[in-house]
Amino acid sequence: MNSMHQGFWDAWELIITFDRDLYEIVFLSLKVTVSAVILASLIALPLGAFLAVFRFKFRRYVIAVLNALMGLPPVVVGLFVYMLLSRAGPLGGFGLLFSPSAMIIAQVIIIVPLIASISHQAIRDLWSEYHDLLISMNATRFQRAKALLWDGKRALLTAILAGFGRAIGEVGAIMIVGGNIEHATRVLTTAIALETGKGNFAFAMGLGLVLITLAILINLLIHIVGKTERASTW
Amino acid sequence: MVIFPLRMHGVTAHFRKKRLVGPIDITIETEGFTIVMGPNGAGKTTLLRLMHGLQRCSGGGVEWAVPQAKAREKQAYVFQSPIMMRRKVIDSIAYPLRLRGLGVSAARAKAQECAGRFGLENLLDSWAPMLSGGEKQKLSLARALVIKPDILFLDEPCANLDGRSTREIEEILLDAQASGTRIIMSTHDIGQARRLAQDVIFMYDGKIHEQTTADIFFTAPATKEAQAFINGDIVE
Repeated sequence: MNSMHQGFWDAWELIITFDRDLYEIVFLSLKVTVSAVILASLIALPLGAFLAVFRFKFRRYVIAVLNALMGLPPVVVGLFVYMLLSRAGPLGGFGLLFSPSAMIIAQVIIIVPLIASISHQAIRDLWSEYHDLLISMNATRFQRAKALLWDGKRALLTAILAGFGRAIGEVGAIMIVGGNIEHATRVLTTAIALETGKGNFAFAMGLGLVLITLAILINLLIHIVGKTERASTW
Repeated sequence: MVIFPLRMHGVTAHFRKKRLVGPIDITIETEGFTIVMGPNGAGKTTLLRLMHGLQRCSGGGVEWAVPQAKAREKQAYVFQSPIMMRRKVIDSIAYPLRLRGLGVSAARAKAQECAGRFGLENLLDSWAPMLSGGEKQKLSLARALVIKPDILFLDEPCANLDGRSTREIEEILLDAQASGTRIIMSTHDIGQARRLAQDVIFMYDGKIHEQTTADIFFTAPATKEAQAFINGDIVE
């Protein structure tokens, strides 16, 4: 109980004294996660719309595989990206291993299936509602997908937030491909793992509190900006 | 570009081997206000959907004077249960114009002008799914008529509406027809059919039993099913 108490105080002190190391870790965490969420959304949202609107052979299997990949073990993704980016790997020439870019790649692979599956579900429901209307209006397939993405934006926000939640709390993959290097690839989750390993529970707890607060604040901010849960909107 | 006449020849539609309608042979000419009548399950909605291309024929064909894709651009359809896009009223009306390549501000300006004609000018910034039943149907009509279609299909647009909303919608439809839009509408309401119809298609058991002028249909129907329907008897 003392450690927890101490953790709160340590965290508070680090925050109000603008501790350089802490803020560096926080900003890197945000940079990596936000970049990964933006990139993953650019891939996953159109993919979700495509799977909802277009009919093609093996579509059901693609959806089933995508759903299964939502539970992709991060450590396996980390290993895969490591092998891809290591010197002997096919993308080794880019020298990305143990860099924030490698961490972003790993996070994108982890959250694309999650965002795509949730957005596919949301867009599929909207598509069943809009189907006759958009066909009747002679909308092209591209126009249909665009209308569904636009009108379903609040539901899609939930998909993006789910991706953000998974990415910001991820540790296994980014530990492998980032290496948890101080002042280079150390983020909140890897720092917590390190401090816990060192027995520095108070500091680890402080970092944990910062991580949770950050996740809640960003979710709140997106809900406010996205005007969700308002009586006059959908 | 003249899209008429619409010709349906030998059209049938099935769902899981059950025949819904057909065989249907009919020609729709340029002008008029056609009411499609018949008991539930007679195939009224299926007929409209086949004409508009929302449903594929199992047999036969639907032909316009121009290719199907061109003809579709000049058609509009109003559904029995209004489908509301999750947008503001003004953006919902502007949407068909945007699909036709009009810019945002030009489409919104036209939508605003159109909304005024439908009594929706005070609801422009309202969220479309939050409107009342009558307002939703007026919005559906505004969205359909903003493109000035050559033909408008309506599937029981006044079902579930009160007398006042029904009257407003009928006035809008008569105005649209006067402006040159061909109208084909299904309804159960014999009073409404008497008020609006120039000609009538009477359907029973998936087939067209009668296609004639409204005067003849209401004074001397040719089939006993049509007679019973007009009399208000139960037609199964």
